[in-house]
Amino acid sequence: MNLLTVSGSPHIHGDNSIKKIMYGVVFAMIPAILISIYFFGLDAVKVLLISVIACMFFEWAIQKFLIKGPLTINDGSALITGILLAFNVPGNLPVWIIIIGAFVSIGIAKMSFGGLGKNPFNPALVGRVFLLISFPVQMTSWPKPNPLFARKVLDAITGPTPLGNLKEELKGGRTVQDILEHGTKMIVDGKEVLYQIPDYAQELLGNMGGSLGEISAVALIIGAIYMLCRKIITWQIPVAYLGSVIVFTGILWLINPNIYINPLFHLVTGGLMLGVFFMATDMVSTPMSSKGQLIFGLGCGVITVIIRVWGAYPEGVSFAILIMNAFAPLINKGFKPKRFGETLKI
Amino acid sequence: MKTFKLGGVHPAENKLSNNSPIQVLPIPKQVFIPVSQSLGAPSKPVVNKGDQVKVGQLIAKGEAFISSNIHSSVSGKVLKIDNITDQSDYPKQAIFINVEGDEWDENIDKSDKVKREITLSKEEIIRKIHEMGIVGLGGAAFPSHVKLMVPKGKKADLLIINGVECEPYLTSDYRLMLEKGEEILIGTTILMKGLGVNKAFIGIENNKPDAIKHLTNLAKDFEGIEVFSLKVKYPQGGEKQLIKALTNREVPSGKLPIEVGCVVNNVGTAFAVYEAVQKNKPLFERVVTVTGKTIENPSNFLVRIGTPSSELVEKAGGLPDDTGKIISGGPMMGKALNMIDVPIVKGSSGVLLIEDSETERIAVKNCIRCANCISVCPMGLEPVLLAQYSEKEMFENAEKEHILDCMECGSCQYTCPSGRPLLDYIRLGKFKVGEIIRNRGKK
Repeated sequence: MNLLTVSGSPHIHGDNSIKKIMYGVVFAMIPAILISIYFFGLDAVKVLLISVIACMFFEWAIQKFLIKGPLTINDGSALITGILLAFNVPGNLPVWIIIIGAFVSIGIAKMSFGGLGKNPFNPALVGRVFLLISFPVQMTSWPKPNPLFARKVLDAITGPTPLGNLKEELKGGRTVQDILEHGTKMIVDGKEVLYQIPDYAQELLGNMGGSLGEISAVALIIGAIYMLCRKIITWQIPVAYLGSVIVFTGILWLINPNIYINPLFHLVTGGLMLGVFFMATDMVSTPMSSKGQLIFGLGCGVITVIIRVWGAYPEGVSFAILIMNAFAPLINKGFKPKRFGETLKI
Repeated sequence: MKTFKLGGVHPAENKLSNNSPIQVLPIPKQVFIPVSQSLGAPSKPVVNKGDQVKVGQLIAKGEAFISSNIHSSVSGKVLKIDNITDQSDYPKQAIFINVEGDEWDENIDKSDKVKREITLSKEEIIRKIHEMGIVGLGGAAFPSHVKLMVPKGKKADLLIINGVECEPYLTSDYRLMLEKGEEILIGTTILMKGLGVNKAFIGIENNKPDAIKHLTNLAKDFEGIEVFSLKVKYPQGGEKQLIKALTNREVPSGKLPIEVGCVVNNVGTAFAVYEAVQKNKPLFERVVTVTGKTIENPSNFLVRIGTPSSELVEKAGGLPDDTGKIISGGPMMGKALNMIDVPIVKGSSGVLLIEDSETERIAVKNCIRCANCISVCPMGLEPVLLAQYSEKEMFENAEKEHILDCMECGSCQYTCPSGRPLLDYIRLGKFKVGEIIRNRGKK
């Protein structure tokens, strides 16, 4: 007979693993990947592939040659960072910039802190913000979406995002109604064109300018429902985040609809859905108790709206999540789970 | 359907021995009866080497307030009093008895007839339970008479009988409820009288519908006893969780159930109380599940206390070659044994064999702060934090984060995707914090 193993209880394990969680997230991103390919074609495939390969390569190389530790390249986390980074950049971004982004994401934001589980900030967002600040022109030149099976000859290759267009024109003194109804004349690639912010149905599907993965709210929500069912994410952060955005922008809209656009527009444009479901819910960099997660979501929502409405950038999701990431340890300390037997209930 | 709210997991139930009726295990040639079988002080042997003993004869006396009497489970000759490895894997004093025949103490009523009428008074019941060495049979083995003596200033209004059996694999309580339902209800009535309450709830998880039906039907003839079906969720058999599930009362941190007017006893204990009070039978045998995926006949045996676990395994088909771990109790809270000859004690609910291939834990990885451990903790603790504090030897911090509220149910470690040994560290932390508190008291 073999020697007996003696160890502490429990003697069984629930079969959950990092791999299952990570590949669950990857699976949930498939709808958004398909939509990005549908609207941006081969460019999307190129950006996704390069980002993923670069992220996985940097993780492997750093573990192999710098840390000389075990390789965790198969756990799926570098794959997620790769996809998320691609989701957060325009489809026409030059290859070398994508590779720099991957290096910052994996090398600086993840591995230098000790790898998966130790990073205080969401790696893909760190990479994205680094690129946004370092290469503002390339990072804000948005290719116009052109559906794969209904290709049209476009009057211009690039165009603004709805959020960017709105912010720019509001600054020029126009009203929200005027911008939405009459569109904006602008010069793109040397030609004068009329840019019209798409209607809500188009925005919901993703037929608008923007980063690869952020455009389609519908695709992202499908993925989110899958992750909620699999209990990969909890409801607290998304609900608090979306709720605070709706309430905050709703109040502004009620105060003055001429200069503040309605909450629905805020929900379906920009990177909100991507941020809410795939980045603000990143386990590693967010609070652990449900109370803490509600506070986190609330903070993200408020900062997002402040940046969108009054900040220098048209979009504030990345900054909001990174800022709240920095607060996560403090939130963990301040908002403990409800202890059993904490209050005497008879 | 009722259940507790906070945390909990649902491991695969694996109740392999569900359909195996309770069989009487043949008496072994030799028994080893540890003198420390309940929570509290060890009992003091009152027999000497060479003494002849009968079944049911007192062999070790519990002298402290929290301790219990121990009776011989066989008739024969005391071989020696010596150390033996028990469930704790530590050497403990035990009485070795060589079996000769099966001669019972003449005061024990050996008939099968169910005796319904309760003639003893409240005080006599408590004294009898004490005298007969009854302890909680759910696992913790707390002396039952102590539970019935409500401290001054507290008041009990509800007796709870625990028929949850939320540990995977174990079926001894289930079989007992099916086969000895009436006795359990009489035992419950006795406990109600001993405690001075007129209401009792029996909680059973709904993966045992026939037990629920059976006891519900029988309970119609008993005053004040109600049977409740509970949603399956581990660790519902924990006292505090069961009270919460049945009554929505929450036992305060660091306090006993009596704080909210409840006393919890296991169904096995209720049966032992019936036998003690109505049949004058000391606690010297109990039902034990022998189970595992590889064992030939997963079974439920009525076993004399002190029988080596190996006898049970032998009777259930023998020890499979690929056995990697032998567990006393269930897979979530049971103790891994370092030898198969460890004797069955009053607190043994099962012997579980785990095959070699399932023995090894998954590789430990970095914590990814998924917070699963927090969401499954039935006590609302932060296992990840407690384990970190223990690992870094920051025990004072662990105490502040209520480490002593942990009941070691193992849900955190069970659910951890990184395979972190959370409970191992928390157990260490609890031990150290206990030490710190005791030293503080001395100053």
